Amino acid sequence: MAYSEKVVDHFNNPRNMGSFKKDEEGVGTGIVGAPECGDVMKLQIKVQDDKIVDAKFKTFGCGSAIASSSLATEWMKGKTIEEAGKIKNTEIVQELNLPPVKIHCSVLAEDAIKAALNDYKKKHGKSE
Amino acid sequence: MKFPLYLDNHSTTPMDPRVLETMLPYFVEKFGNAASRNHAFGWEAEEAVEQARKQIARLIHADPKEIVFTSGATESDNLAIKGVMEMYREKGDHMITCLTEHRAVLDTAKALEAKKGLKVTYLPVDKTGMVNPEDVRNAITEKTILISIMLANNEIGTINPIKEIGKIAKEKGILFHCDATQGVGKIPVDVQDLGIDLMAFTAHKMYGPKGVGALYVRKKAPRVRLAPIIDGGGHERGMRSGTLPVPLIVGFGKACELSEQEMPTESVRLAALRDRLQAGILKSLDEVYLNGHPTQRLPHNLNLSFAYVEGESLLMGVKEIALSSGSACTSATLEPSYVLRALGVGSDLAHSSIRFGLGRFNSEEEIDYTIKRIIQIVNKLREMSPLYEMAKEGIDLKTVQWAAH
Repeated sequence: MAYSEKVVDHFNNPRNMGSFKKDEEGVGTGIVGAPECGDVMKLQIKVQDDKIVDAKFKTFGCGSAIASSSLATEWMKGKTIEEAGKIKNTEIVQELNLPPVKIHCSVLAEDAIKAALNDYKKKHGKSE
Repeated sequence: MKFPLYLDNHSTTPMDPRVLETMLPYFVEKFGNAASRNHAFGWEAEEAVEQARKQIARLIHADPKEIVFTSGATESDNLAIKGVMEMYREKGDHMITCLTEHRAVLDTAKALEAKKGLKVTYLPVDKTGMVNPEDVRNAITEKTILISIMLANNEIGTINPIKEIGKIAKEKGILFHCDATQGVGKIPVDVQDLGIDLMAFTAHKMYGPKGVGALYVRKKAPRVRLAPIIDGGGHERGMRSGTLPVPLIVGFGKACELSEQEMPTESVRLAALRDRLQAGILKSLDEVYLNGHPTQRLPHNLNLSFAYVEGESLLMGVKEIALSSGSACTSATLEPSYVLRALGVGSDLAHSSIRFGLGRFNSEEEIDYTIKRIIQIVNKLREMSPLYEMAKEGIDLKTVQWAAH
């Protein structure tokens, strides 16, 4: 079971790895997973005029988890909050060629996206 | 250096070229069936088998007649446990083993529990992975017919106090089986001195071929009897039917002979390399934890947990070096290592563990390269880790409410 090329690429060249300050203007932060499970993803978005202008991630997890969260930040940039909320884990699975045993990594990434969006909405008075 | 490097010698070992050489004539030239009693092809095959039996017996201080050939240590473990259980059923139905045994022992015990009403006590281990002989003594009942404790653990390298357990077994008249797969050929093993009655081991962990192993079955004081698990022809004194794989057995014999000769210098060399690897890593990285016993440990084993970094991602980052991890992500069942769990290592550190298994063909250059790369990748992954970030901010991760799914 060799790793898929795309997963390896995201691992070696992660997109948007890093952090915004949590209390920075326009930032939403989502942290999902748990150390005991071996998977923790932190996704952050920076929003301007309802559009996600920047995104960052940090992940504790396997190559597929890292790739899933890296891809999520790539996809979120340039989308509106509503559009970003529509990103599905199945799309991540397809893009990265994730095998069945790694599908849960994509689910966690989708959860992380939603958590970041919800956090932004809460902080900026637009609770769901 | 030849890439990829191989530092996973607990999983399997490359065959020593000298072993391969002794095997070759037995495939095409001397191809006889060792059980063919009536012609030269058979006699020559039988002679080769008996020669190997002697070499193998010598390594463990046994009599050649006490060696039963099997397909490997898994089969040997099965034969020992199932064979004793069935043969000594009248005497009792209780077995004592421990939580860190290899699946070949644990799954066999569980199968017998489920299907044959065997009662099994799974002893805990201390935080270095060692079994306490007194726990063994206290677990013994009138129905106990077998104690099965491994010589050295395949993940963390901890060596159990086998001699003390052997004494207790002898005192109480209970058969003692030892899965010695990771220790034979690496550390001195003397079945007389250790008081072992049955012992499983295999060729492919000691630079021999895959597909052949042995079960040592004591003949004297006491004479151990086993019900076979494979019938059909009565080979190996009725204990294991089936045509003997002569070339593999020849290789097994040679591997044992080489191990016996080279063990004194090899174990010293490997321990030094292992210590160098450990020191090199610990010098440059903080929050790295040793799993297993610090001194009562196989000379070529190292198992470390790197906090805040997950094992599979670490392996992916050094994919030019073959290693293994106790992380759930590396197992087909998504369960983290049950051995690390038995030590009381938290799940988060179990996910962060890497096992290094050094071997005959590893060099100092390879070790130094590995040190450098491990430091590199751990630093890179810590930069990517939200846990490391939180820890550096002074957050106690144990107090965080995680939104696990």
